[in-house]
Amino acid sequence: MIRLMRILAIVPVLWLPAGCGKTPWNDPYPEAERGQNILYSVFSERPKHLDPAQSYASNEVTFIGQIYEPPLQYNYLKRPYTLEPLTARELPQPRFYDKQGKQLPQDAAPAQVAMSEYEISIRPGILYQPHPAFARDAQGRLRYHDLNAAELDKINTLSDFKFTGTRELTADDYVYEIKRLAHPRLNSPIFGLMADYIIGLKEYGTLLSKQDKLLRQNNAAAYLDLNRYPLAGAEVVDRYTYRVKLKGKYPQFVYWLAMPFFAPVPWEADRFYAQPGMQAKNLLLDWYPVGTGPYLLSRNDPNKQMVLVKNPNFRGERYPAEGEADDRAQGLLADAGKTMPFVDKAVYSLEKEDIPYWNKFLQGYYDASGISSDTFDQAVKVGAQGEAALTPDLQQKDIRLVTTVATTISYMGFNMQDPVVGGLSERARKLRRAISIAVDYEEFISIFRNGRGIAAQGPIPPGIFGYVEGAAGLNHYVYDWVNHHAQRKPINEAKRLLAEAGYPNGRDAQSGKPLLLHFDTAATGPDAKSRLEWLSKQLQKIDIQLVIRATDYNRFQDKMLKGDAQLFEWGWNADYPDPENFLFLLYGPNKKAGLNGENAANYDNPEFNRLFEQMKNMDNGPARQQVIDAMLAVARRDAPWVWGYVPQSYALYHSWYFNAKPNLMANNGLKYLRVDSKLREQKRTQWNQPRLWPLLLIGLVLLLALAPAWWVWRKKLYAPARGAES
Amino acid sequence: MIAYLLRRMLYAIPILLGVNVFIFILFFAVNSPDNMARIQLGMKHVTPDAVAKWKHEHGYDRPLFFNGPAPGAGKFTETVFFHKAVPMFAFQFGAADDGRDIGQDIKTRMWPSLVLAVPVFLIGLLVNITFALILAFFRATYIDFGGVVLCVAMMSISGMFYIIGGQFLVSKLLHLVPISGYQGGWDAFKFLVLPVAIGVIGGVGSGTRWYRTIFLEEIGKDYVRTARAKGLAERVVLFRHVLRNALIPILTGAVVVIPTLFMGSLIAESFFGIPGLGSYTIDAIRSQDFAIVHAMVFLGSALYILGLLLTDVAYTLVDPRIRLA
Repeated sequence: MIRLMRILAIVPVLWLPAGCGKTPWNDPYPEAERGQNILYSVFSERPKHLDPAQSYASNEVTFIGQIYEPPLQYNYLKRPYTLEPLTARELPQPRFYDKQGKQLPQDAAPAQVAMSEYEISIRPGILYQPHPAFARDAQGRLRYHDLNAAELDKINTLSDFKFTGTRELTADDYVYEIKRLAHPRLNSPIFGLMADYIIGLKEYGTLLSKQDKLLRQNNAAAYLDLNRYPLAGAEVVDRYTYRVKLKGKYPQFVYWLAMPFFAPVPWEADRFYAQPGMQAKNLLLDWYPVGTGPYLLSRNDPNKQMVLVKNPNFRGERYPAEGEADDRAQGLLADAGKTMPFVDKAVYSLEKEDIPYWNKFLQGYYDASGISSDTFDQAVKVGAQGEAALTPDLQQKDIRLVTTVATTISYMGFNMQDPVVGGLSERARKLRRAISIAVDYEEFISIFRNGRGIAAQGPIPPGIFGYVEGAAGLNHYVYDWVNHHAQRKPINEAKRLLAEAGYPNGRDAQSGKPLLLHFDTAATGPDAKSRLEWLSKQLQKIDIQLVIRATDYNRFQDKMLKGDAQLFEWGWNADYPDPENFLFLLYGPNKKAGLNGENAANYDNPEFNRLFEQMKNMDNGPARQQVIDAMLAVARRDAPWVWGYVPQSYALYHSWYFNAKPNLMANNGLKYLRVDSKLREQKRTQWNQPRLWPLLLIGLVLLLALAPAWWVWRKKLYAPARGAES
Repeated sequence: MIAYLLRRMLYAIPILLGVNVFIFILFFAVNSPDNMARIQLGMKHVTPDAVAKWKHEHGYDRPLFFNGPAPGAGKFTETVFFHKAVPMFAFQFGAADDGRDIGQDIKTRMWPSLVLAVPVFLIGLLVNITFALILAFFRATYIDFGGVVLCVAMMSISGMFYIIGGQFLVSKLLHLVPISGYQGGWDAFKFLVLPVAIGVIGGVGSGTRWYRTIFLEEIGKDYVRTARAKGLAERVVLFRHVLRNALIPILTGAVVVIPTLFMGSLIAESFFGIPGLGSYTIDAIRSQDFAIVHAMVFLGSALYILGLLLTDVAYTLVDPRIRLA
């Protein structure tokens, strides 16, 4: 026993010298990656689609935004968000035609425009990433386009293909992708929307469905060759030019040209992945993208890690030389004119839980991090004036805090079809306005968002054309402008409005019954419970009783689709930086109930609708601002939403992480980022030295705990025999 | 014995069929194919046409159990149930709602689950039996009493506490192993040390108490008194006689879980970033991917039945009196 104790005591001592070495034991990355020019980031949810025709979620665009190149992109540094050419030679200028096909001037009234035509010229010499779909044999035939079962048996991943090839990007590839939006097997989320605009796309979808049905009668996986079927609204002009024809005028179309939906897809890739047996091995275009961008997906393991490496065929692109006024001082122009991309590889690890993500960021194993509510107090201290600063621990690590206002709005909606809270009568307006005053979103932001948000004055968030700061942009129905600040109206004002609406002291003036409202939500769990209790208390301030109808997500969606909800929470994240993308949330023909649109409140005011139709086709400028102001006045008066708040996001960057500027519209931000891997290595080593003394202490405690056992054992062993022990 | 095994395998068919019916009823009671389509298509710009197209493409545009208008046997075969449930019996799991092949995913993800679950199971078994024997050895002393109190205390602590506390202490404060993540091959070792240790420690309380009870029951039997009367040392009595005779109840609990080990741990895999089947199932439930949920429940049931069968076989090995017929 004593010998055993001695051995146990020696083992931790043997570990001690190892603990004094320079290599951190807790490094989650392979030894070979140490000191490499690699960026380390995370993804929290397994991407569902990496096909540009299907992918719409932000966690998917993080990857495909670096691989696929649509013709346009957002300038990385400039604000407000500005479009610029990516593979296109220049920004396309639409041409307008009337019903007779006669070209109209640029300022033609929208009613006159029967068709818009966008002609896009791309730069020559752009090459696709190396990929087996392009590999050709000595005779020039595509090497891997007719694989038989025996050949496919040896293939498990793309790297099992010995040969790869490439080819130049052509206008054909852009047109091919537009056709893919209508592919019957793809379910592109924007097909319905684009079918309303791109000439012939709807009919094209019907044609493809018919052809596909015929084709699949014999072979369920048969390849549907889109090249055999022309699309009237998308045509190739020459090798580097293509044309998209739209019904009427749709100025927002250029923003779609900066999204992966309009990125090129080579037909060879589609044909390659459509071969029988590929799907059973998860070899799909949906999982193995083929693009021309700065990076290619070298490892696709959505269960663990996604790895992007530099595309060896990428042409190179210059880092922008212009930005906002403050960008130079922030060091964001230090790399101006240098060739991108800067990092050789980007490793994205799956981190589903906040705690491991946060701790690994603090240990230097991730280059950047957001801040969750759980970790807010560890990261940020809020000063007396409400200004956010990093805690001393993080400052000591030279971590930087960057805040940005999201182009997102989160609001509480009234179902405008509801007999109590809905409708455009003065009574209902006053009731909604009273509730709007009572629900104190400043308090909400302070309690539930750690101050990360701005109370909204209308549906348009800051950073989007149409948003007006200060007194001019104030919602005078809810706020007063006091000492250069928006101040929520006193609760007595809400009570007065409520009485005028026919509910003095929260009771129906006619029946005397208390006013009972229902809040529908899919939110559950302790966080949601405290939030919902807070909401009930807000309405209690004006003597309204709120009944929370919590249900599961599916039931909630059904209620919203049927228009059965009364009060509800909702939100919207901008697709593109245009006020149309927010104001359409209140456009009558876009109602959710019955019409399946995005107007969740089912608000339908003819005056607002008329102004919306006028505004959506206008160019940004004073005239458009005037129309938007008029629309906001109508919406604020009607109060179909309690306008809620615009979230502010806080990001933390390590000292070795450069050129990071939040750009909420751009999907291709990786190429701009740079890391100082030597500094990172040095800091990681400094921060992660193993500590062994607690282990020794635990070992000692265990040994001490064994002593009484040993004593009892000895006592039992040498105890005299007894008559009956048991 | 072969006849017995064959009979038991045949019994498994109606059980698995019942499991299939239950999973269909439970899943579709709270989800409709329309909801599944909307979740898969994203929440923006989803049109009724797109929903209909998705349902058709994924085979959810048929009735669930009974297709009235279909002729003849089509009333039962032209249903979602028939098309989704029957291939399961051939272990043809089909494609997930996002298009990935489920069989391929299971093959890939079962290994990380196994490398976590097998050491937790084996080391846990060893540690629990050892502690239980020690407590049985020191029965009716303060050590036994203290040990039982400690076991009850350890049982009362949530598994999440062990995980978060372990990550905080071992990875964050002491910097000894990575907080989370996973790599294949020998590199997996440093990622598994902490989750395995936590898995073992988390199960010590209940495991030790259970085995202690079994050992104490055996210790009170006549053959143990006889062994002691022969003058055998207590150590020999415990390890040679009590442990061997206590194997049947131990096997009951242990063998049945062996096949299900590869189903993975739902929480530990998520927290430690281990890409196993536990996190696969959790993700599928979150995203309402019926194809994966269905496949995993079916597989879990089949493996559980296999576990029960193995337990029966194991009985015959440890107790020569038992014969399967």
